Amino acid sequence: MKKLLVLIWLLAHSLGAMAAIDAALLAPLAGDDPDARIEAVNRIAALASDDAVKLLHALQNDALYAAPDGKVYIVEDDQAFDPASGQKVAMPDGIDGISVNNRLRGAVEDALSGLKLLSENRTERLAAASELQKSASAAQAPLINKALEKETDPEIKAMLQLVAATANLVSPDAALRLAAVKALATSSNASLKPVLLGMLEKNPDGSYAEPEETVRVEVVRTLSDLNARLARTEFVGNLFYGVSLGSVLLLAALGLAITFGLMGIINMAHGELLMIGAYTTYLCQLVFRNYFPLALDAYLLAALPAAFIVTATVGIVLERTVIRWLYGRPLETLLATWGISLMLMQLVRTIFGAQNVEVANPSWMSGGVTVMGSLVLSYNRIVIIFFALFVVAAVWAILNKTRLGLFVRAVTQNRRMADCVGVSTGRVDMMTFGLGSGIAGLGGVALSQLGNVGPDLGQGYIIDSFMVVVLGGVGQLAGTVIAAFGLGELNKFLEPSVGAVIAKITILVFIIIFIQKRPQGLFALKGRSVE
Amino acid sequence: MSSSLFSRPAWIGIVVCTLLLALLPVLNLAFAPGHSLHVSTYTVALVGKFMCYAMAALALDLVWGYTGILSLGHGLFFALGGYAHGMYLMRAIGRDGVYQSHLPDFMVFLDWKEYPWYWAFTDNFWYCMALVVLVPGVLAFVFGYFAFRSRIKGVYFSIITQAMTFAFMLLFFRNDTGFGGNNGFTDFKRILGFTIPDAATKATLYLVTLLLLLGSLLLCRWIVSSKLGRVLQAVRDSESRLMFIGYNPLWFKLFVWTLSAVLCGIAGALYVPQVGIINPSEMSPANSIEMVIWAAVGGRGSLLGPIIGAFSVNGLKSWFTAAFPDLWLFALGLLFILVTLFMPQGILGLVKKLRKDREAA
Repeated sequence: MKKLLVLIWLLAHSLGAMAAIDAALLAPLAGDDPDARIEAVNRIAALASDDAVKLLHALQNDALYAAPDGKVYIVEDDQAFDPASGQKVAMPDGIDGISVNNRLRGAVEDALSGLKLLSENRTERLAAASELQKSASAAQAPLINKALEKETDPEIKAMLQLVAATANLVSPDAALRLAAVKALATSSNASLKPVLLGMLEKNPDGSYAEPEETVRVEVVRTLSDLNARLARTEFVGNLFYGVSLGSVLLLAALGLAITFGLMGIINMAHGELLMIGAYTTYLCQLVFRNYFPLALDAYLLAALPAAFIVTATVGIVLERTVIRWLYGRPLETLLATWGISLMLMQLVRTIFGAQNVEVANPSWMSGGVTVMGSLVLSYNRIVIIFFALFVVAAVWAILNKTRLGLFVRAVTQNRRMADCVGVSTGRVDMMTFGLGSGIAGLGGVALSQLGNVGPDLGQGYIIDSFMVVVLGGVGQLAGTVIAAFGLGELNKFLEPSVGAVIAKITILVFIIIFIQKRPQGLFALKGRSVE
Repeated sequence: MSSSLFSRPAWIGIVVCTLLLALLPVLNLAFAPGHSLHVSTYTVALVGKFMCYAMAALALDLVWGYTGILSLGHGLFFALGGYAHGMYLMRAIGRDGVYQSHLPDFMVFLDWKEYPWYWAFTDNFWYCMALVVLVPGVLAFVFGYFAFRSRIKGVYFSIITQAMTFAFMLLFFRNDTGFGGNNGFTDFKRILGFTIPDAATKATLYLVTLLLLLGSLLLCRWIVSSKLGRVLQAVRDSESRLMFIGYNPLWFKLFVWTLSAVLCGIAGALYVPQVGIINPSEMSPANSIEMVIWAAVGGRGSLLGPIIGAFSVNGLKSWFTAAFPDLWLFALGLLFILVTLFMPQGILGLVKKLRKDREAA
């Protein structure tokens, strides 16, 4: 408490040491000229003193009054104060409230938020600086300059330098403008572009909006720098979103790579297994919300094993009841599993309703990291990228390092030989299908964190999943990974120029053409489905 | 399979069914509603729709049942034929649309001033009829040429046809592609000057559909029982052996694939004026797969089977969706599974088996 008091005293003292508000500054406030009033507000703000803050607050709260002689007073509870000195004064006769129109109110708000630049609190200063980055006006230049002088934090200082430069772009002083344009050469703020372009435009009378030739040359240079930087940011953004989409495709397709790729089953119900995984996540969230509200954020971790077990069980049941009668007849598995998919969809619709259910990101997955200025990488996408890589690694390990994986590969390569040496092929089939389905469930958990969870969730991914597996080459884990990330990147780099739908169509056409060249996909492998 | 293909009872059945079907619109027109012999307009429209479906299933059977190529993209050809005809019907509305412009309402909505180039001449009925044949035909030919040339077959072919259909659906769903977006073409008023809602016009459309269905059945029968048909069945049973003998399966497959797409397009074109709407959901992957089910349920590789299948599955659907709307997908799903597991030859196969059992007994 004592410390705080000392701090306040020091603060008050240091501010108080500055000159009180000059009456000449105050006079325009009572006048009629709107531009002069706004300029006065900004100049008062630039004083950055306690009195200035008090005065602006008074103006904001309609507590500022003007006497007939043009002198300005703050009136609180029928007590008048002299804003210049802060002293109580006798209430002058005939004083009237100063009217504040919307434009002035906006200027006051900007000035007050700008004053936060001088706050002792670093976060508050940072927030104020980034707010100003979006909207700095020339009028705020004095305040910004003042803050810049005092600022010691390098991050905020760098930010403020850009803000000051932005504000100075419209300064009447050509030298200031030139310096500002030069300073902005390192900025990556896309909103500067129209301002800079505006400076290069011609007025109706043929003269340039920016009269100085040297400044214009510098503007052109800064613009090209800015464009290059924005293009780089966009490139990195596309790269990231491409990887993110690729990881989603990978999670959706990985289970299919096992059931279709290794076993030769066209599992049209694969999408519905994804959906079941997503609904399991939803149920886990409900359970945690109702019974362990304190540990709600952990529901996702519980959902992973739950979704795996549920979907693997569903898969095993399907394999035992329907699919095992159809081995070696892929077209028939297609029809039967399509029937299964219809039934599963209708089942979910009957139980949970046709509407989407709400699955929220746990708090540790919301938000994101900001890189390169405007680019934000959200945590949920980053987590899913790593999760996808983890699942791939796990599948690789299961197929290559475990006894089950050995059997799976053996049955895939030569079923009869495997049978002869005592591998229980029926059991391996069941386990393999269960594994593929379980991985679909894990994919469903991830999908529930990115998009809507509803009965149609699976339908949206089934064609993409097949495309990934076909492109990657049947039975090839590496091919599936490369195809998923490749398609993800291709999609995200096409999207900005041609739009989402055309990008998707282009990719489908690309795959059709690619299959022309390599009918077996990226990597060919002999498996059950090969003649 | 015998060279006569259809047995004597089958021929009799075809003739009797054709006559019965032809009678429906006559009964609808000749007797007033309420009369015991009157057939409701709804029933006539429903049967007309089923006949279009039957034609699509027949076309699918030609490639799947006889040549062993499973297409999951026939919904696309069906819809393209439908859109080609729909274009004509759309322009035949004239200025009777909501905005009373010479442009269709959705184009007025997009603020277009002129018809795009691909709509040129579509005010001519015969040009549109040529499009009905050419658009699915050319697309199927080009797609098939590339696919068959690189020997894409089996499930790969199925998946790629599905992807193609999906891509077209996305394209047609867009408003700015000039196909009416989500709503497609609807609100048709007249065809060749005749008012579409008129009972006589509807009866004529119905009878044209019946004749074309019968015609395509006979055409398909002629093809599969000719030498060409033998080659097609050889493609289905052992394509590599056929190649070793010296045939190039490419052109045989391409011919039957293109023909099938054209037939499917014609079915779509007949469907549109009778149902009154064509929209991109006809291209949804689910629709194409349902066509496969019609063929599978009736019995593939028998020409009559798909027609029976289309009628029975859709009849079942009409009844089910009215009586138990929530259960239809369960029933359809179960039908898929049961047919693939227990009735690989479909209804027709079951009938044959029963007859054989009786003869043996």
